[in-house]
Amino acid sequence: MDLYAVVFYAFAFITLAAGAIVVFSRNIVHAAFALLFAFFGVAGLYVLLMADFLAITQLLIYVGGILVLVLFGVMLTSNTIDVQMKTSTIQTFPAVLIVAALAGTLIGIFWSTDWKTTTDPPIQATAPKIGEMMLTSYLLPFEIASVVLLVALVGAAMIARREKKA
Amino acid sequence: MELQTYLLLSAVTFIIGVVGVLARRNAIIVFMSIELMLNSVNLTLVAFSAYLGDVTGQMLVFFVMTVAAAEAAIGLAIIIALFRNKQTVNLDDINILKW
Repeated sequence: MDLYAVVFYAFAFITLAAGAIVVFSRNIVHAAFALLFAFFGVAGLYVLLMADFLAITQLLIYVGGILVLVLFGVMLTSNTIDVQMKTSTIQTFPAVLIVAALAGTLIGIFWSTDWKTTTDPPIQATAPKIGEMMLTSYLLPFEIASVVLLVALVGAAMIARREKKA
Repeated sequence: MELQTYLLLSAVTFIIGVVGVLARRNAIIVFMSIELMLNSVNLTLVAFSAYLGDVTGQMLVFFVMTVAAAEAAIGLAIIIALFRNKQTVNLDDINILKW
């Protein structure tokens, strides 16, 4: 097993283990911090896939931004001790059924399809290419995304603010 | 390392996220599971991008991240507004739209 595979399996293990803790942990603070390691593992996989700019962005936006936001949510809704798993069988059975069907479909398709891959050397320095695409062929989605962010931030402030008593 | 390995990894991550959305009843855990699912889809896009030699996949990830950031802001605002009104983030107790 070469070094690449060792690093890949290390990051894959971090991502999966942290993801499992996020979903199955009873302590919501533990879940939030496990999410950090899941994001970190995915960022490491981006580096392995030669997506350097994306890996940095992942760390900045997810770990630096979204995770802090989630932690604020956890702290503001307090009551962190008694987070319980839903254990009634009424909901577990359909859930297991749906998850099993989904897992079978996804893994089956991913495993059985003969994916076309290129043998070209990996793209070096992705940031200039991404920037060029964003400002040429994907300019409209780029502008729409900025409007979406603006509206989302204004809307979030609007929803979360305390209403004045008339 | 083959493309399939990355795809399998992201499929498993996605399924973990689906389990979280279906089985947990804490709104914030459900929210974090959705972030996990978005991340697994991003991983798929980047893997395809790397193995097809095309940066378009990586650019799509930026748009997914934008939507994820917007979703984080709005989602947490809704959760906090709900908590202020009902003192709970348990999804089973948030049933005022149910008859």
